[in-house]
Amino acid sequence: MSMLNEAEARAILENVMKLSSADECTATLEGSVDGNVRFALNNISTSGIVSDTVLTVRSAYGKRSGTATINEFDDASLERVVRRAEELARLAPENPEYMPALEKQAYRPSPTFSPSVAAITPEYRARVAADSIAPCRAEKLVAAGFLADGQRFVAFANSKGNSGYQQSASLDYTCTVRTEDGRGSGWVSRNVGDAGQFNAASDIRTAIRKARGSADAKALEPGKYTVILEPAAASGLISFMLFSFDARRADEGRSFLSKKGGGNRLGEQVFDPRISIHADPWDPAVPVLPWDEEGRPREKMAIVDKGKVVYLDYSRYWARLKGARDVGRPGNILMAGGDKSTDDLVRGTKRGILVTRTWYIRMVDPQTVLLTGLTRDGTFYVEDGAIRHPVKNFRFNESPVIMLNNVEELGRPVRLEGFGPNSLLMIPPLKLRDFTFTSLSDAV
Amino acid sequence: MDRREFLTIGGFGLAGLVIPIHGRAVAAEALLGTLDAGLKKALADTALEAATRAGASYCDVRVGRYLRQFVLTREDKVENIVNTESTGIGVRVIVNGTWGFAASSDMTTAGAAAAAAQAAAIARANSRVHTEPVQLAKVKGVGEVSWGTPIRRNAMAVPVKEKAELLLAVNAAAMKAGANFVNSNLFVVNEQKYFASTDGSYVDQDIHRIWAPFTVTAVDQASGRFRSREGLSSPMGMGWEFLDGDPAGKQVMPNGVINYGTSYDMVEDAVAAAQQAREKLKAPSVKPGKYDLVLDPSHLWLTIHESVGHPLELDRVLGYEANFAGTSFATLDKLKSRFRYGSDKVTLFADRIQPNSLGAAEYDDEGVKTRRWDLVKDGILVDYQAIRDQAHIIGAESSHGCCYADSWSSVQFQRMANVSLAPGPQKLSVADMIKDVENGIYIIGDGSFSIDQQRYNAQFGGQLFYEIKGGRITGMIEDVAYQMRTPEFWNSCVAICDQSDYRQGGSFFDGKGEPSQSSAVSHGSSTARFNGVNVINTARKLG
Repeated sequence: MSMLNEAEARAILENVMKLSSADECTATLEGSVDGNVRFALNNISTSGIVSDTVLTVRSAYGKRSGTATINEFDDASLERVVRRAEELARLAPENPEYMPALEKQAYRPSPTFSPSVAAITPEYRARVAADSIAPCRAEKLVAAGFLADGQRFVAFANSKGNSGYQQSASLDYTCTVRTEDGRGSGWVSRNVGDAGQFNAASDIRTAIRKARGSADAKALEPGKYTVILEPAAASGLISFMLFSFDARRADEGRSFLSKKGGGNRLGEQVFDPRISIHADPWDPAVPVLPWDEEGRPREKMAIVDKGKVVYLDYSRYWARLKGARDVGRPGNILMAGGDKSTDDLVRGTKRGILVTRTWYIRMVDPQTVLLTGLTRDGTFYVEDGAIRHPVKNFRFNESPVIMLNNVEELGRPVRLEGFGPNSLLMIPPLKLRDFTFTSLSDAV
Repeated sequence: MDRREFLTIGGFGLAGLVIPIHGRAVAAEALLGTLDAGLKKALADTALEAATRAGASYCDVRVGRYLRQFVLTREDKVENIVNTESTGIGVRVIVNGTWGFAASSDMTTAGAAAAAAQAAAIARANSRVHTEPVQLAKVKGVGEVSWGTPIRRNAMAVPVKEKAELLLAVNAAAMKAGANFVNSNLFVVNEQKYFASTDGSYVDQDIHRIWAPFTVTAVDQASGRFRSREGLSSPMGMGWEFLDGDPAGKQVMPNGVINYGTSYDMVEDAVAAAQQAREKLKAPSVKPGKYDLVLDPSHLWLTIHESVGHPLELDRVLGYEANFAGTSFATLDKLKSRFRYGSDKVTLFADRIQPNSLGAAEYDDEGVKTRRWDLVKDGILVDYQAIRDQAHIIGAESSHGCCYADSWSSVQFQRMANVSLAPGPQKLSVADMIKDVENGIYIIGDGSFSIDQQRYNAQFGGQLFYEIKGGRITGMIEDVAYQMRTPEFWNSCVAICDQSDYRQGGSFFDGKGEPSQSSAVSHGSSTARFNGVNVINTARKLG
């Protein structure tokens, strides 16, 4: 029952619409099959498959709305869930910010489904674990990792005739490799749209190399350094900053994008002119659903253009209130870069620190988006274009807004898991000057 | 594993907080019932028999009904009300010395038997590559027993209207007192858990928890500055009575700030928050350097959680969490060598029995009776948190009773017990503690937090910071965060107030594992003093 085709999904949604007696009704049907394998200490620790399908019905009378959900789909169950949503709607307080159901929209399909990921079997997952563990065992290293793959569909319809259906699939893999004595640790992550692009046996070599290379780290004084952040290290800081691109929060005066005296900084130069970020649901490297959480069609659009903020997130309500264009929130983020790999950036660096991964990033001050966090699983000192030795991990206190004004060079973007379910990123390695490390960590 | 949905809550301080919602949305009336005890036993017995027939040397069955209710508001609006219910059976077995687990929402004896057979099949398959047979610490069967959180009023039974009215009253009070924005929320959890095992135990438990957080924001449009202050209460293992505002539950600190223990006046706290958020807009910025810190329990709980609770989880110590949460600096050799974790003032204990705590239960999720034990005694590391299949690794004969699963569909594993700092044995008030501090900062409430993957280097913010000069609180300061190295920090503890100041803080959604599970855990302490801690200034200027 968990993966329904378009005709099956539409049949259920049409039944729901027929059963509705509310002013408005929106029904969403989502199904998924998710598989995973987890391993640690060179052994498989857990593995599983989860299947589920859920129907969510939102009914509304005027500005009162209620939501109910069910995972049974016979006629009696559909009747029950619709009546329950309607009953909750009648009891709910009026929401002055309630937005009516969307009129019929045109959605252009995006290539989010991957037959190769959908075809993954328990044997495939066990092989990924074995391919990760075997070379580590052979080299007296210790592997711990996690593979999560899934296929899903989403279908929706409303009483105004709007509807959509699309399938998607995803594969995300991470593995940490440590030396037996615990003095070295390396890490690798891969997020792919096609299982054919993923090979644990070769990817694990990255984590092995970093584990071996990070033993016997030397301590450097905390302070301001030129850094090369690998894409995975940069993505956590950039994602955090993008949470602050909310128009309402900016207009309310509680964002780094608020303007002194009122209003927001849309159209202002906020970052280095080399920073450009856009969204594109149809980009073949990072395709995402062509609609957002409110059902609005997504578009290919610029978010930051040559350092200027050219887009802020408007909810449907806030867009109407402010007379702003009502467009779907981005599901992916593509940050422009260059052609160089991380290794190329290292080769062009006189003195700096190479950071594999950032960890436990938290907001310290939303006024400036000051974030704190730590480096982890491979931090290296670079001199005259080569890695010279591993260094102890650092804690940083840095704002991505400041960081993206201290750009030295941008490398070639790579695909990463996004900042929420069904979101994806393309982030380049970043070479930055004056990145602020405030203390040392003894953690390996 | 059931479906995992996420709800991202807007609102300051809560921005980015992702709340896991398990199960399906239900109407309010569905939150009041319980499953029939006879049905639960029949399902459990069927699964136990099926597992045994399939070759299991051990089996446990959890028949669970997990109820959650969230009420979310901002200013004068109720943004959302969500009720969820999730019911099903989780079966865990040992076959050929290897664990297997399967879960089903099919609440029939056939469904229970099928889940048991699937768990046994998974265990058998995994046993081919498993190298170390599971060793379970012994547990004596207890027959049929039951326990419930000793609540006075079931929060699930309180009408949604009453809840929404309380939150809107909180918001109105904050706005009237000078707030520009306020988000207030209510989270109510009821776990109805039935555990049965081949050891001969049938344990029926009814667990309740409640949390009422808010965030107040003040904006100075002319300068472009904004500051927020979150509520000073904690999530608790209590019923609706927690929100009765009983004056006996409050504590007025030497600078007039009001803290809360087992009763919360949410409206009063929201008014104070609005005033303090405005005060924060004008407070001077801290001068970085070494300070003696006086840490209120509303703040210290989070430092305990991160720097003691997590590093002393045995699965982290052993390496099972290496890829995600990380490992621990507190390695097994440090237990043997009686590692000095803190000063001799510091005794940190674990338990799942403290009244009103989030972790309170009579039995854990593998049928072990809960208890209290020391982790750090007079500054020395003396124990970890271990469950049945880990106890032998540290030479223990029994589990500590800290096994937990966040759903019937999640496999149970080692989770943090309540971990608390024992109050000082000598009479000492907060006022008397502050009198001795020459150059210090008094921190109230939890704020930003971050710690490395082995729990050495941490950085903590807070809600309210007050400068102490020459034994007196001189006024509010801002932009404070302290950086610490765990053993040095706990060794800098020079004084702890007495039992009369003891209060619990806690985490309602503590994440661990892949796929991630959340648990709730309390951390009690009295106000404590730490000398010579490194404080940084977090103010920055954007161009």
